[in-house]
This record gives sequence, structure tokens and C-alpha cells, in this order.
Amino acid sequence: MINEFIQFSLTPILIGILAGISCAVPGNFLILKRQALIGDAISHVVLPGIVVAFIFTGVISTMPMLLGAAGAALVAVILIEIIKRLGKIEPGAAMGVVFTGMFALGVLILEQTDTSKVHLDVEHALMGNLESLIWLKAQGWQSLFDLDVLKTLPDELFRIIFVCGFILSLTVIFWRWLKIVTFDEEYARTIGIHSSIINFSLVIITAIAAVAAFESVGSIIVIAMFICPPAAARLMTNKLGIQVIWSIVFAILAAIFGYIIAGYGPLWFGSENSVSAAGMIAVVSGIILLLTCMYGPCRESVGQKKD
Amino acid sequence: MNTFVQAMLFQAGYNVALVTVGAILLGIAAGSAGTFLFLRKRALVSDAIAHATLPGIGVAFIIMIWLGGDGRSILGLLFGSAITALIGLFIIEWIPRRTRLPEDAAIGSVLGVFFGAGIVLLTVIQTMSSGRQAGLESFLLGSTAGMLFQDAIVIAIGGFFSILGIWIARRPLTIVSFDKDYAISVGYDVRQIDLLMMGLVLGVTVIGMKLVGLILIVAMLIIPAVTARFWSNRMDEVVVIAGFLGGLSGYIGAVLSASAPSLPTGPIIVMIAIVLFVLSLFLAPNSGVFSTFIERRKTKSNIHRRQGLLTIAKGENVVSSFTRKLLANEGLSRTDGLTDKGKKLVTKILIDENRWIAAKEVYPDKDMNINYGIKLIEETLTKDELLKVDQYIKSHKFKSITYD
Amino acid sequence: MINTTNTSEITPSKPALKIQGLTVSYGDKTAIFSVDANFPTASMSAIIGPNGAGKSTLLKAVIGVQPILAGQVHIFDNPVKNNLQKIAYVPQRVSVDWDFPTNVIDVVQMGLYRQVGLLGRMKGEQTSIAMDCLDRVGMADMWQQQIGQLSGGQQQRVFLARALAQDAEIYLLDEPFSGVDAATERAIIDVLKSLKSKNKSIIAVHHDLATVRDYFDYVLMINIKNIAEGLIDETFTNENLQSTYGGKLELTHAEELSAPKDRPTK
Repeated sequence: MINEFIQFSLTPILIGILAGISCAVPGNFLILKRQALIGDAISHVVLPGIVVAFIFTGVISTMPMLLGAAGAALVAVILIEIIKRLGKIEPGAAMGVVFTGMFALGVLILEQTDTSKVHLDVEHALMGNLESLIWLKAQGWQSLFDLDVLKTLPDELFRIIFVCGFILSLTVIFWRWLKIVTFDEEYARTIGIHSSIINFSLVIITAIAAVAAFESVGSIIVIAMFICPPAAARLMTNKLGIQVIWSIVFAILAAIFGYIIAGYGPLWFGSENSVSAAGMIAVVSGIILLLTCMYGPCRESVGQKKD
Repeated sequence: MNTFVQAMLFQAGYNVALVTVGAILLGIAAGSAGTFLFLRKRALVSDAIAHATLPGIGVAFIIMIWLGGDGRSILGLLFGSAITALIGLFIIEWIPRRTRLPEDAAIGSVLGVFFGAGIVLLTVIQTMSSGRQAGLESFLLGSTAGMLFQDAIVIAIGGFFSILGIWIARRPLTIVSFDKDYAISVGYDVRQIDLLMMGLVLGVTVIGMKLVGLILIVAMLIIPAVTARFWSNRMDEVVVIAGFLGGLSGYIGAVLSASAPSLPTGPIIVMIAIVLFVLSLFLAPNSGVFSTFIERRKTKSNIHRRQGLLTIAKGENVVSSFTRKLLANEGLSRTDGLTDKGKKLVTKILIDENRWIAAKEVYPDKDMNINYGIKLIEETLTKDELLKVDQYIKSHKFKSITYD
Repeated sequence: MINTTNTSEITPSKPALKIQGLTVSYGDKTAIFSVDANFPTASMSAIIGPNGAGKSTLLKAVIGVQPILAGQVHIFDNPVKNNLQKIAYVPQRVSVDWDFPTNVIDVVQMGLYRQVGLLGRMKGEQTSIAMDCLDRVGMADMWQQQIGQLSGGQQQRVFLARALAQDAEIYLLDEPFSGVDAATERAIIDVLKSLKSKNKSIIAVHHDLATVRDYFDYVLMINIKNIAEGLIDETFTNENLQSTYGGKLELTHAEELSAPKDRPTK
């Protein structure tokens, strides 16, 4: 039983947790800056990114795909900025134009190349494939200390550990800047902080998180991981630091319960097949948000009441 | 190419013609409905609505199977999708009203969570009745190959009714998206009209899903509206232009897709819309990138010229090197002062300056600052207004500025 | 332009903030056109003008938040660009989201970010500076409050405390008295006056014409362009007010405002 858990469930749960944290932490700032939907835009362009990477390299392998996705995210962000500035178009609409356009282009190119293998990967890109990230070589807990066996852990785990660590350390290092730019951008500039650089870095971090998470949970569900845990955390506290910690807690809870319900839930209903774990993680994070919306201690706005 | 011409002329078979008509109608409906959404600054609500249809499709399929049906009945699936989209819409409205969270967070969470639930249901369906290919994935990216007759009919009729609905509701929709406060003051119920707007968007989304897929239907709502904005500043015109652009994209896209089987309908329609957008972004006569760029440079020169000439006329030094260069290049000033040409222009500018000052006194309630310094007053006031200003200047109440 | 007072005589020292030919436009709308100003050192200056006259825009252009189309800004005869640390800016209260998850002392400590750097720890010393600044605006008791729970006046005091923490030479305030209670207005003006006595220069966008005479020494009157500039007694006149506000100001009202109240002459 334990062995089975370590082989089939441990790594997916860990990856789900780390992906959730990687998305939730920058999500806090996006929500406070009213830019929650940049995550939406970025995750939609992951698909065209991997398609273009496939066209260029001709192979389906991870690194080119990740680079393609990251490149697409960067292109999208720049295009959104250009359209916003040049066309004087409100951010939401500019995002809508860019990510749907790039998504359509991706699908179009894909249909031209008609490779069934790629097609399969498109569905994974959209829906995620958390369940397949298993650790077959593991034999009980002692495998955690066996270097040879540890090497057989899925690469996705190492990547998401790296990304998650990267995002967490950047957040700690740039905490003050992030905080002041999010709160009062104009003031931040007067004390010598380059707000635009911070803003752009935040978007890049978001892109990195989206790209790292999409290969396990899929590009659309990433949106739920960006927004739901920090949004729920926003309703729990009035301190930014504590809010970020809450968002991490919620991301962890969503990953664990989502995975368990997806894997074992159907058994309780007498079905033998599990359901999509990534989808279920999104659903659980949605339920968490719903609960905080109804019962969160700080769910009501305190800002505009008095004057 | 032959099929292309045939398809263009609606001669490539009954089904193709029907799909083409459907795509045009859908394009018109989406373009014009999207305009209201865009001008109301809620473009991405449509993205959440679209993604929130997925669980509805899944639930409808499962229920239809349970009831012993085929599960693929398009009307049943569309009905189911409309229900969950409506729930999603309700939550998007509820969260910012009940909590401190802003609307964009509500949009994003509904989008992600509902799509996640949809994916869960799709995995349930995949295992539910083995061997039965539900083909529900086509709702994600749209139908790639030929469409069923039944689907085409639904799209064509649905598109027609959406346009009809928009036409009937055009006045309240216009007022609310143009000026919410005014709409309230003349007695419109903004919340209800917003709901009506969302209802129309939802209708277009549900109908268009089969053709372009739920991820891309958003493009048909947003892109033509944004494109149309470049061509007009008038609300009613923008709606019509957006409808036209949407219809055009639908038409060209459907025709191209019919003539080349490897071109899926949805993405190609969106790409056509994108091409129209990019062309407008750069080339539109008043607000396109090129004309804005030229205008901006002109404005900058105008301001520096005026500012510089007035400074010299006052006998002060021009500090900005840009201004000095500009004046020298245009032959308005030399190192020792103004040229004759420059002096002439100063006289003209002084008249304009005095007119602005006088106009402020003649029309104290009018916002006279908007074009000051950038345009001549002739371009801001009507002829009779200007006449009144000039009379005021001639009267003794007004003290003109003059420089020696 | 018509009534520009010659300011060179009355401000012998170099101006704290010197603005020359400053023009800003939003798209094709002029916000301010060729504004000149010389705000004197160690005094309290007001920027006044009707709504939409470009007062806030002027401040934003000075601190570099709003791009400028033409013109130059100098502080103490040096380009503003490399001397921003000499300026403390107090934005309009409504410019930020007061629902932001943070508390009073946190906001005040933001004023110390330049001093402590990115990673430098907020030591006891910094905390006591912040507390001291809060004390000066009479908010020391509320240091732990969530900022959204404050009244408008209290929010304004916190913003002022944050600026105090910066220990700057020039204080730029955008409508510091808008929407605040009388006690707060009094407290703020006291703090500003004590700054002035320490040779700091205060420049505030101000909209209450009735208090201009009581609070300020120097005034810049603008309506897109300069109307008048100079010491209050010479510049804040009926004629200048008329040119600034046009028909928007009742004539009798203007006379009442501009007439020096009966108080001992300096």
C-alpha cells in the first residue's frame, strides 16, 4: 500500500504542490495589481509555443517545448503591451486579441503538420497529465535515500523544484520592491524604484510559472492555480506577508485533496477509473475560494467604507 | 482554386453554403455583441463564459446517456453549456459584489475552475461508455472537418436570432456601455441591461462553440470590436463596423476552410480577423499607429514652435535645444532674433493667444483648455462663436497682450 | 503671462524648484502649456487653479511620473532627474487602493526603503524613525491599524508621515487637505510649518482659496498656462484670481478672498 503510494502518488502530489506554489505566489501580486488575467493570457499561448517549437525542431522533447512556450509567453506579453500603448486599448481587450490570435495560429499550424503524436500532446497541454508522472523504481520510503533510485524520479519534478525555488527566492529578495510597486507605483518611482522593471519582471515570473506548471497540470488549469489560492488568501488576512503564506497553504491543500479525490474518489462511487487530477485540483481550489468568499474573516472590503 | 470560387459563390454544396451563411451570421452577431462588451470594458468576461460552457457539455452528455439517448444531440449539449455558463456568469457577478475581490479575479477563477471541472467530466465520459466516441473535444477547438447538417442549421438560425436580439436591444445597450451614469439618470436599470448584454454574449458563445471552439469564440467577440474602434469614434458606427468585420472574417474564413480541408474553420476565421486588426492598427486614418505617430510629432513641433516664438517675442531666452533647432530649421529665427517670417507668425499666434483668453471670458462654462496651444482656435470654435470672441476683443473690456 | 510678477527680487536665494517651459499633453489634449515657476527655498508655496488646470499634472511631471513634451525642471539648480532623493512626494489620497493588505507602520516604513536598500533589515532604529514620524502627525497610537480602517484624514496623515520618513529637502503634496477633517488639516499645517522652520521647502496643490492666505507664503496660479506667480500679498489678488478662474469664481467672492484680512502687517 505504502509502496504503491510512493510509486504512483507521491511524485504527482509533490509536483502538484510545487506547481501550485509557483503559480500562487506571483498570483498574489497580480490580483492586487488588478492584472489577474495576465495569467489567463499567458497560459493560452503556451500551446502555440510548443507547436512552433515542434515545427522548428521536428522532435517532441521537453526542452524545446518549454523554450517554445516561454518564448511565446514573452512574445504575447510584448504584443499586449504594444497594442495597449499604440492602439490605446484597454488591457483586457488587448490581452483578448493577442492570446486568441496566437492560439488560433497555433491550432492552424498544428493542423498543417498533422502529426497525431503532437495532437496527443495538445490535449495534454490543455488538460494536463499529472497522473503519468510516476516513480516506478521506488521501493518504499527507503528509496528516498537511494541516490540511484532518486535519479529515476520524473524530470518534471526536478524542473518544478527548481522553478519553485527560483520564484520563492526572488519573492523574498524583491519583497519590498514588489510590495511598494504593487501598493503605490507612482510613489515607488519617486523613491528611485524602477516600477516598470518590477512590473515586467512580475509578468516574466508569471510566464515561467505557467510554463513550468503546464506540462504537468495543463495550460488552462494553471489559471485556476494562479488566481484561486491567492484570491482565497486575500479574504483571510489584511497583511500581505500572511496573505502570501495563506495562498501557499491553499495551493498545497488543493493539490493534495485534488489529487486524492481524483484518484480515489471514483472508487467510492464504485467506478474503477480515476478522473483528471489536474482538473480536480482546480475544482478543489475553486471550492476553497467559494468557502472563503462565504466565511473568510476578511472577505469584505475595508478600503472605501469611510471617508 | 475552383472550389474556392465555388465556395465563395455558395456553390460548393448545400452544407458548405449553410456553414458559410452560419459563419457570416455568427460573425456579425459576435462582432456587434462584442462591441458592447468591449466598450463596457468587460471583454474578458466572455472568456470566462466560454470556458464555463465545458462542464455543461459534459453534464448534458452524461444526463442524455443516462436517459438512454445518444448523448450527442447538439441542442441538448448547447442547452447544458448555456446552464453552466450562466452559473459562471452569476458567480462572476456575485464575487465582486459580496467580497473585496475585483472582477478580474472572479473572471479568472471561474474560467480556471469551470474548465477544470469540465476536464474532470470529460475524463469521466471517456471511461463511461467504452467504445463510444463522444467527440466532445471538438467543442474545444471547433469542428475541423465537415460539419453535420444539424450543426450548421443550429448555427445559422442561432446567428440570425442573435443579430435580431442585438438589433432590438441596441438602444439600451448603447446607452449603458457609453455612459452608465446617464443611463441610470434616465431610468434604465443598468444591472438588468448588463445581464441582457451578457445573455446575448452567452448566446453567441454557445452557438459559435461548435464552429470555432470555446477557446476561440472569444476572439470573434473581441477582435472585430477592437478593430472597429480604430475606424470610428461613434458608438453606433462602431457596432455596425464590428458586425461587418466579424461577418467578413466569418465569410472569408468559411470559404477558405471549405476549399482547403487542412484549414480548420475556427482558427482560420480568427486569423482573418487578426489580419484585419493588424491592418487597422497600423493604417487606420485617425487612430492608427502611423497617423498617431505623425500627429504626435506634429503636436510636439506645434507646441515647441508656439512656445519658442512667444518666449523670443517676450525677449526671453529659449532654453530647450529642440525648440531652437526647430525654429532655426523652419527659418523662423536666427541667432540675433526672429526672422520676418517668424515675426509674421508671432503676430498670428498673438491673435490666437488673445482669442483663447477672450474665449475663456466669453464662454466661462465651456472647457476651453482642451486644444489650447495645440490647435488654432478656429478649429475649436464655430464661426459664430469666434465672431463673438472677436467682438469681445474689440470691445474695451478686454486688455490684449502685446509684445514689442 | 500678463501678470507675471518679477520674482527674482523677492527670492534672492536659488529656487528650490525651478520649472521652465513645462508642457504636458495627454494625447492631443493640452494638460499644461509652457509653465514657468520658481518656488523659493524654505517657504510654503501653493499651486492653485480651477479643476483641470493641470495642477496635479505639474507635480507628476516634476517627479517624472508623467512624460513631458517640452521644458526643464531643476531642483537647487540641478536637473531633477538625478536628484529625486531630495523630493518627498505625497500623492492624492485617492490614488491608491486603501484595501491593500498592509498596516500603518508598514506604509510609513516605505519612506525608508531608499535608505535601507533592498535587503537591509529594518532595524530598531528605522522602526523608531517611523514611529517618530507617526508621532509628528499624531498617529503613533494607530501604528498597527489596517490602512483601510482609517478615516480620510488619518490616511492623509499616514501619507505625510511616510514623506517625513524620507527626510527630504522639498515636499510636494497633491491636495493634502482634500476630504480631511478640520483637526487633520490643522495637524498637517503644523507639521508643514515646522518643516519650513527647518529650511525645508513645501509645495502643495491647493484648492481651498479661503485658506491660501493663512497657510502659504508664495503662490503659483495656473490654468493650463501661467497666470501669475509670486508672494501671496502681491500675487493673490482679485485680478489674478479672475484671470485664473474666469467666470467660475463669483466676483464678490474673489474680492473677499484676495483682500488681506485685518491682521498685523509683517
